[in-house]
Amino acid sequence: MSEDVQAHVKLYKKIGAALMVLTVVTVLVSFIPAGVALGVVIALIIATVKGSLVATYFMHLVGERKTIYFTLLLTAFIFLVLIFIPLLGHTNTYGRKMIVPNSDAAVAADHGEAAH
Amino acid sequence: MEIPYIVDERPDTGLTNVKLGIWLFLASEVMLFGALISTYILLRINAVEWPAGADILSTPIGTFNTVVLIASSITMVFCYAALKQDDLSGYKRYMGITIGLSVLFLAVKSYEYLDKFSHGDYPSVSTYFAIYFTMTGLHALHIIGGVVVNGYFLGPGSALWHTNKQQFINRIEAAGLYWHFVDLVWIFLFPVLYLT
Repeated sequence: MSEDVQAHVKLYKKIGAALMVLTVVTVLVSFIPAGVALGVVIALIIATVKGSLVATYFMHLVGERKTIYFTLLLTAFIFLVLIFIPLLGHTNTYGRKMIVPNSDAAVAADHGEAAH
Repeated sequence: MEIPYIVDERPDTGLTNVKLGIWLFLASEVMLFGALISTYILLRINAVEWPAGADILSTPIGTFNTVVLIASSITMVFCYAALKQDDLSGYKRYMGITIGLSVLFLAVKSYEYLDKFSHGDYPSVSTYFAIYFTMTGLHALHIIGGVVVNGYFLGPGSALWHTNKQQFINRIEAAGLYWHFVDLVWIFLFPVLYLT
């Protein structure tokens, strides 16, 4: 049992090192001029890889029971629904300028209008 | 009457209460942070202009904080491994380091916040700052909660080790799962807020 844990500890160290390397990669890749959309996609792909390492090995998902997998699958599905419902409900406002009410920007806009 | 399946696994699901409980809690946390991420996506897509994260926030400081939090996740899993090897002093050492790294993360975050406030950059100033402070603020609150729980398990909570080892190991595993989740959220927040 102790050898088993020792093997796990070795694995944790390797995963930890991989996470650190991927963090450096994330930062370095962000300096490549690729535009916002592509930059976000690449950043999220690397973040997903890192997140998967944490979830699979640190959170022991690799050897987990079906009930947990089912819970997480349901969570992932509802999470996607949560993200996409507001997005798809607002397609007509993409690109329309929106100012947070009562913010400094709103006050400045009011003064700008008042001056004109 | 004793509560069943605290230490023994349920025969049908193969899980203890604590394991199912913590994963259900983490599922609810996914909804919480998911709602904020959804807000961020919507605000950013709908904005005519949105500043580049690197222009507003310090990339080196953000990278340092990411490294600190990942390191704390590694030491947290070493805590669990130490307990499985019957090493209480090893567990206390790694838990102390985990808490220390968490406090360091919070200190650096406070410095970032105070720096922003000193320049008059409050959440009210722009949509960018509103969502930045909300997301990182909620994340910081989760770290504070984790520090409190981990501190309890380092201090008075560790007495359970002497009466029911397996139950204590289960508790540390649950605390570890929560801590890894907090790290996971930051792994996504950091590139999205600081690098894009």
